[in-house]
Amino acid sequence: MFRPILRQLLYAAALILAVLVLNFLLIQLAPGDPAEVIAGEMGGASAEVMAAIRQQYGLDKPLPTQLALYLGRALQGDLGMSYFYNRPVVDLILSRLGPTLLLVATALGFALVVGTRLGMLASRNPRGIASALVTVLSLIGYSAPVFWTGLMLVILFGATIPLFPIAGMIDVVKQGGPLVRALDIAHHLVLPALTLGLVYLAQYSRLTRASMLEVLGADYIRTARAKGVSERQVFGRHAFRNALLPVVTVAGMQFGAIISGAVLVETVFSWPGLGTLAFQSILARDYPTVLGILFFSTLIVIIANLLTDFVSRLLDPRLAGGR
Amino acid sequence: MTLPPAFSRRFLLAGAVALAALATAPALSAQEAQQGGTLVVASVQKPRHLNAAVQSGIATGVPAAQIFATLLRYGEDFTPQPYLAESWEFSDDSKVLTLKLRGGATFHDGQPITAEDVIWSLGVVKENHPFSSMLEPVEAFEAPDPQTVVIRMKQPHPAILLVLSSALTPILPKHVFDDGQDIKSNPKNNLPVGSGPFKVTAFEPGQHIILERYDGFFLEGKPYLDRIVIRQYQDANSGVLALESGEAQMFPLLDSTRLIRRLEKSGGLTVTDQGYAGIGPMNWLAFNTKSPGLSDVRVRQAIAYAIDRNFITKALHSGLSKPAIEPVVQGSPFFTEEVEHYDFDLDKSKALLAEAGFGEGGKTLKLRIDYIPDNEEQQRAIAEYVKAALAKAGVEVAVRASPDFPTWAQRVASYDFDMTMDQVFNWGDPVIGVNRTYLCSNIREGIIWSNTQQYCNEGVDKLMNEAGVEPDLTRRKDLYAQAFKQITTDIPIHFINEVPYHTVYSQAVQNPPVSIWGAMGPMDEVWLKQ
Repeated sequence: MFRPILRQLLYAAALILAVLVLNFLLIQLAPGDPAEVIAGEMGGASAEVMAAIRQQYGLDKPLPTQLALYLGRALQGDLGMSYFYNRPVVDLILSRLGPTLLLVATALGFALVVGTRLGMLASRNPRGIASALVTVLSLIGYSAPVFWTGLMLVILFGATIPLFPIAGMIDVVKQGGPLVRALDIAHHLVLPALTLGLVYLAQYSRLTRASMLEVLGADYIRTARAKGVSERQVFGRHAFRNALLPVVTVAGMQFGAIISGAVLVETVFSWPGLGTLAFQSILARDYPTVLGILFFSTLIVIIANLLTDFVSRLLDPRLAGGR
Repeated sequence: MTLPPAFSRRFLLAGAVALAALATAPALSAQEAQQGGTLVVASVQKPRHLNAAVQSGIATGVPAAQIFATLLRYGEDFTPQPYLAESWEFSDDSKVLTLKLRGGATFHDGQPITAEDVIWSLGVVKENHPFSSMLEPVEAFEAPDPQTVVIRMKQPHPAILLVLSSALTPILPKHVFDDGQDIKSNPKNNLPVGSGPFKVTAFEPGQHIILERYDGFFLEGKPYLDRIVIRQYQDANSGVLALESGEAQMFPLLDSTRLIRRLEKSGGLTVTDQGYAGIGPMNWLAFNTKSPGLSDVRVRQAIAYAIDRNFITKALHSGLSKPAIEPVVQGSPFFTEEVEHYDFDLDKSKALLAEAGFGEGGKTLKLRIDYIPDNEEQQRAIAEYVKAALAKAGVEVAVRASPDFPTWAQRVASYDFDMTMDQVFNWGDPVIGVNRTYLCSNIREGIIWSNTQQYCNEGVDKLMNEAGVEPDLTRRKDLYAQAFKQITTDIPIHFINEVPYHTVYSQAVQNPPVSIWGAMGPMDEVWLKQ
C-alpha cells in the first residue's frame, strides 16, 4: 500500500517544480509590469520612482537570473514579498487560505451530502415525479453559470428579502466573543457556499442517480434481494456504498476545479479568500503573489488527489491491492 | 471683514484664526455635534499601505488623512486653514515660509509632535513621494525651536501651502520610522503610528481598515466619531447595496451615474458632488501628436469639433458630469472661460479635415482609440461614442480594448496608440497634477501619465514655469490662463468631462467631508445623529 503512495509523492514533487517554472515563465507573457500598476495606483510617478520600484523588486535583472533567484528562495519556503501589498507572500496567502478552504469545504460537503441523497431518492423510482424533479433541478443547477446564480442570490437575499449579508466574511462593526464571531461567519457563509455548492450538487445528484441505477441492476443486488435482505439495507449498504465510488473520484478530481470556481464566487461575494487575492494580484501584476497562489493551489490539488485515492481504497478494498 | 487672498505674502495669526472660525462655524451652528458612533465607509479602492508620505493616490489618501495630521488643511474653498500649524508667514521675497506649531500635540504613542518630526517628515516626502514637483524648490527645512518650522526655497513656490495640506505631506513620528530601513518598504507602513484624529488598529488588505478615535488628538473635543471602518467592496454595485441595506453609511468617490441616479431616487440617502475640487478628476481624449495624421493640429481640432460633449454629459452620464474645456476643472482657482471650447460643429470639422487633405476628395483617415478598461461610463462608452461621432466626419475609428490596466498603461506609455481616453487628476495645484501632461521636459517614454502625447511648445513651458513661481495670485491666474489658451489651441488633449465623483451618505451622517479634499481630508468634524 505504501509504495504507490511514495511513487505518487515523487511525481508530486516533480510536478510542483514544473509548475513553478512554467508559471514563472507564463506570467512574463502578460503585458505591462508591476511598476506601471504601482505608478497607476499613485496617480502617476516620475521616471526615478519607476526605476526605484523596478530595482526594489529585482525587475531590472535579466529573466533567467530572476527565475534562478525565485526558485532558490521558493525551495527554501520563501515565496518572496508581494510587490503590491509589501508583505511576505506566505503571510498573505495563509491569511486567505482559511476562508477559501472553509468556503470550498462547506460547499463541497453540502453538495456531496445533499447531492448523493437526492440522487438516491431519484434512483428509487427512476420514472417517478421525484426523479423527474431532481433531473430538472440538476440540469438548471448545472447549466446556470456560477456568477449568475451568485448575483441572483445577492439580489434575492441581499436586497429583496435581506436575510443574509452579501459581502465579506465578518461584520467588523459587530463586537462579541468567539461564539458570536463563529455565528457571524456562518451567517456570511450561507450565500457563497450555496452558490458554489449548487453546481456540484447538481452534478453529484445526476452521477449518484446514474451510478445507483447501474449498481441496482448488478447480480449481487439481485442476490441480496433473493436472500431476503430488506430493501432499506439493499439501498443503503449494498448499492449506495458502491455507487459512491465514482462520485468520490469525481469530487476529488474536481477539487482543483472547485478552487477555480471559488475565484468567481469569492469575487461576487467579496469573500476574503485566495480567489479574490488571485484576481487582484493578476490585475496588479503582483508576480510573487500570483505564483504563490498557483503554488498553493497545486499543493491543494495534489493533496486532494492523494486523499481521493486513500478514500477510494477505504470504500473499495479491492483497489488497495490493485496497483 | 475682507478675507485675505489665498496666496498673499503675509498671512498672520489673527487672520488665520478668524478664518478658521468662519469656516467651521456655519457647519456646526445648526445642531450640537454628538459624540460617538461608528461610521462605515464603503470603498472600492485598495491601498497598498497607509503611509501617504511615500505613496500618493486616493486609496492611501483617504485613510492616511485620518491617521496623520498635516500642517495645514482646507475648507470648501482654496483658502488654507490652520491645522497642526496654528500660524504661518512668508518672507517679503516669498522664499521663506515660517510656521508655528500648536503646543501639546502628540503622536498616537503619546510622544510630543515637535518641529524635528515635521522637518524629518517633509524630508521623507521630498525624497520619496511620487509627486516630486511638490517640494522640488525647497532648499532646506529648519527647526530653530521645537514649535517653529522654517522652509527655505530657492524661488517662490506658491503651491507650497496646498502641498502642506491633507494627504500630501503627512507628519510622521521620527522616533518610530527613522529606524534605518528603506521607508518605502518599511513594514510599519501597514499599521503606522500617526498624528491625526484617528489611530489605525487593523488593516486587512482587500477587506477593511479600522480607525479608532485618538483621545489625545490636539484639537479639543475632536474627533466626534468613536470609530471609522473603511470597508472595501469588490465593485461599486456591492458598495451601493451595502449603503441601501444600512451596512455602510457613506460612499465617497462614486462615479457611476447610473448608480448615483438610482440612489438619488431611493429615500434616506443624500448625494453630493462637493468635495472633489482638490482632486480635480478629469476625463479626456489624448492624442499621440507623433502619430501619422494626428501630427497635424488641424486634424486634432477637426476631431474635437466632431465630438458633442453635451451628448456625453447629458446622455451618457445622465446630466451628472460637467463638461471639461481646459487643463483644470471648473472648481480650480485657475479655471478660465477664455479658451476655445470646441463646441460641436460638424461642418467646421469636415472643412478642417479637408484642409489637411482628408475626407471627401482626399484620403480616408483611419485611427485607433484606446481606453482604460473596467470603467464603462467614463471610458469605454465615450470611446464607442467617439467612433460613431467621427464616422460622421468621415474618419474611420477602430476601438481597441485592453484586457486590464497594465496592458493599457504599457501601450500608452510606450506610445503604441493614436488616441486614447484617459483619466488624470489635477491634485489641487497645476504644479502638482497639470504641468506633467504638457511640459516638453516631461516627455518620458515608459512612464504613464507623463507627457505621453509628446506635445512640446516652448512658449507653454515658459508660461507654466513662470506661473509656478509667481507669488501674486492674480498674476499667477493670468499666466495660467495664457498657457491654457495656447494648450487648447494646440490641442494635444481634447478635454471631455469632469469625472462625476459623488459622495453618498445616510441621514445619520452630519458634516460630511466636503472640503476641497473631500474624504482625503480629516473627518474629525463628521458626526452621527443617534
